[in-house]
Amino acid sequence: MKKTRLEVVGKARRRVDGRAKVTGHLKFADDLSAPRMLHCKLLRSPHPHALVESIDTSKAEKHPGVHLVLTKKDFPVPFGIMPVSIDEFPLTDHARHVGDPVAAVIAVDEQTADEALRLIQIRFSPLRTISDPEDALKNPDPRIHDYGEQGNIHRNQSYEFGDVDEALAKADHVFEDLFFYQGNTHLPMEEQATLALVDGDGKLLVQSSTQNPHYLHRQLARVLQLSAAKVRVIATPNGGGFGGKCDPANHEMVVAKAALVLGRPVKIGLTREEVFYQHRGRHPVLMKMRTGVTRDGKLTGMHLQTLLDGGGYGSHGPASTFYTGVLTPVTYELPRFKFEACRTFTNKPACGPKRGHGTPQPRFGQEVQLDKIAEKLGKDPAELRLGMINKPNSLTANWLRIGSIGLEQCIREVVARSKWKDRFRKQPEGKGLGLACSSYMCGAGLPIYWNKLPHSGVQLLVDRSGQVTVYCGATEIGQGSDDVLASIVAEVLGIDTDMIRCVTGDTGITPVDLGSYSSRVTIMMGNAAMEAAEKVRLQLAEAAAEQLEVIPTELLFSNGKVVHAGSSKSMSFLEAIQFAESKFGTLGSVGSYAPPKPPGKYKGAGVGPSPAYSFSACVVEAEVDPKTGWIHVPKIWIAHDIGRTINPVLAQGQVIGSVYMGLSEALMEEQAFRRLPEKLSQALVHKMPSMLEYKSLTSLDMPDVDVALIEQSEEMRDPNCPFGAKEVGQGPLLPVMPALANAIYDAVGVRIDEIPVTPDKVLRALELKNSGKNPRVGPEHFPSVPYPEPVFVATPQEGGDGKETKKEEKKRAAAAVV
Amino acid sequence: MAAVPDRVHLQLSVNGEPAPVSFSSYKTLLEVLREDLDLTGTKHGCELGECGACTVLVDGEPVLSCLVLALECEGKRIETIEGLARGAELHPLQAAFTDLGGSQCGYCTPGVIMAAKALLDRNPNASREEIKEATAGNLCRCTGYLQITEAVERAAAELREERRK
Repeated sequence: MKKTRLEVVGKARRRVDGRAKVTGHLKFADDLSAPRMLHCKLLRSPHPHALVESIDTSKAEKHPGVHLVLTKKDFPVPFGIMPVSIDEFPLTDHARHVGDPVAAVIAVDEQTADEALRLIQIRFSPLRTISDPEDALKNPDPRIHDYGEQGNIHRNQSYEFGDVDEALAKADHVFEDLFFYQGNTHLPMEEQATLALVDGDGKLLVQSSTQNPHYLHRQLARVLQLSAAKVRVIATPNGGGFGGKCDPANHEMVVAKAALVLGRPVKIGLTREEVFYQHRGRHPVLMKMRTGVTRDGKLTGMHLQTLLDGGGYGSHGPASTFYTGVLTPVTYELPRFKFEACRTFTNKPACGPKRGHGTPQPRFGQEVQLDKIAEKLGKDPAELRLGMINKPNSLTANWLRIGSIGLEQCIREVVARSKWKDRFRKQPEGKGLGLACSSYMCGAGLPIYWNKLPHSGVQLLVDRSGQVTVYCGATEIGQGSDDVLASIVAEVLGIDTDMIRCVTGDTGITPVDLGSYSSRVTIMMGNAAMEAAEKVRLQLAEAAAEQLEVIPTELLFSNGKVVHAGSSKSMSFLEAIQFAESKFGTLGSVGSYAPPKPPGKYKGAGVGPSPAYSFSACVVEAEVDPKTGWIHVPKIWIAHDIGRTINPVLAQGQVIGSVYMGLSEALMEEQAFRRLPEKLSQALVHKMPSMLEYKSLTSLDMPDVDVALIEQSEEMRDPNCPFGAKEVGQGPLLPVMPALANAIYDAVGVRIDEIPVTPDKVLRALELKNSGKNPRVGPEHFPSVPYPEPVFVATPQEGGDGKETKKEEKKRAAAAVV
Repeated sequence: MAAVPDRVHLQLSVNGEPAPVSFSSYKTLLEVLREDLDLTGTKHGCELGECGACTVLVDGEPVLSCLVLALECEGKRIETIEGLARGAELHPLQAAFTDLGGSQCGYCTPGVIMAAKALLDRNPNASREEIKEATAGNLCRCTGYLQITEAVERAAAELREERRK
């Protein structure tokens, strides 16, 4: 029987892994050690682009305390997170950025390994450095990789959903804007670490700070040419991930290989500087956005062009490239959409997925542009947005199925709480409010490698002791996935979370879950957990009903008891287990989850679909000192369509943490590079690979944040989500950057069309304003990019079938609608 | 200056107990705690004194253990996260951090709790601004700091209440 009131879900609780974290008990990867453990250090390239001509390791090998030196020749097989970009070797002979690993030393301790690194003699043959996307477009040679579209273009794609030229021609206004979003990095507090060893059973055990043990497992088996059944990966609790620990990494492959060769445990812990080289962070993206609008404030179409600086490797780049466009139509009604995207290789650390993966950049552009549109049309930016929100259960122009949408409530909430109507455009010079919205997916609809298998699996073990053990491959990266897992099982079984033990992220003993990325865990793991828990509940109910002489479906699992609804008959949960175990034998169950099939059928339709989407609205209050350009943010209001909150303490934490990271990106974070002076090597180096120089907000800079978690009513809950719960880890970051830029405009009337918005840019724009020029700082031109002929797909509203239409049919399709 | 031997043996005082330990003389307090005394509760995020993750108390003062040589700590009182709980019961700071969301991934948590303890030992009535100031050297990438500040405020109130009893 269904409970009328939930007992665990929605209640503020101490998270299941909370105690271990505040007592110092929790073991992160670098906290692990093993008898006879050796230590590994990597030799990294000082050149941004060079071939290794020769490498002599003989002196290093003879250094006392050194056990092994590895180079490229020890790693003939490449790896990469995406099947279309298998382009990395654990140690390379073609360095593609400063910091690319070329050799490894394994020694008795780090000090000795470090000494031996200096004894390795390498002759590099430097190649021309490709420093940014324009450079990459101009210089197809030398190629950074011998695969990709052409020259130094990694990915190049173009899609058109409905005739966009026509949509723009028919618009009352067409807004054309250029935006730039600088790259930035995750900066997790925990530097990556890995311990590899050959276990007592003769199999390889790799314990690592990874968000995705399953993908690491596959890539280790590939690189080491081992059966995956002989490799076990345990994802240690991550000391922060944010996407930075999604890619399988060089250091993980190297210590695994070394442990196999030496038969001894080998550990590596990256230094903070090395973490900046591992990177895989936010792509720098240049954007051109042409948007048609009617005079009453409806969008008619958008032509979006993006140019991504991918860095030296593919990483998640093929997906990142899609994500700079595909989620753009999810927030507002956009009848037609053309999207061209190009990712170039450059000689910098590889970019990849960071919280919001590819979508914060176009979201920034669109939300700032909407602010400009509202002003031009004489509308309130909140009202403009309220008039164009997508409809629930609709299909976007690019064939994404949207389920529930709580955006209207989100906007109304932040508008009311911030007293927007009384304060926007009404405050004295120097003070301003800015508003922006966003949407994000709750898990990628397709896995990273093509397969028809479940995305998440959960196994339950219930025994006569009364304990419930939950096994799942999902990874705790700090976001609280273990707590979500325990909460859902506890709710279904009517017990407390402290009766549950979570065993997660271990490819040796837990069912596969694809990992902690794309905000997928609550939905996918949650649904799998519900299925498993409901199966066990059925068994317990049947056994309990037999004893109580009632009908199983009339039993309620609540507060540690199994209760008959119609009478006062009941038994404890423990008794129910014992009856069930004697009736059925050992108790256990499994559950699994795979997302619904995406409605789009065209090639490329696999990126963007999700079982559900979350929505957010944000108002930022900013104060600008016109003399210095200094920006002060006293308060931020944010409302997030979470569907249903599982644990309010954690959900609030995810929202505030997203606001923090978004504001930090908006104001100061930059993964920026500079050239060394000519008399040195002129190499392209990271500007500031340290936590002191890479600026981020501290406790003193953080504004007050007012959080509203917007829940849907029972009948409106998204049926694809467990208890209606949507993601909360990434979506709330997205509106913060544009809301800040819009607040700056409200405060001092200048447009900063690039991120970060720094005092020097504000000051420059104020100077332009004071001299009567266009008060805008941002990119001035968009280079000529050889985008391919677009894949044309008719939209659902214009009679499309989700498939690509032949080019010659394009005009006919459009004409038929007119 | 007399030559420093490669390896030293000395007695540290850690969490109120004598801790005899021998270690390479170049090692920092952080390294000796983690590698030679197995007290891995103290974390590191940079080993350059930039992030605060390795904060421990030496004679009651918060120090960045990555910048202190263990050699310098002979005869001083060292407190780490492992010594904070009262037997099986959490210290009010620990309980508040986990109940109010002051700890997400948990990596910066030991350092920031120790920094907060030093503040509250010194100033039981610390204001919100003083709490922010005292923890400003401890970077955290998960929480956005607000729930950390709240947790310290709640713990401070509880500790004051304990003292009154």
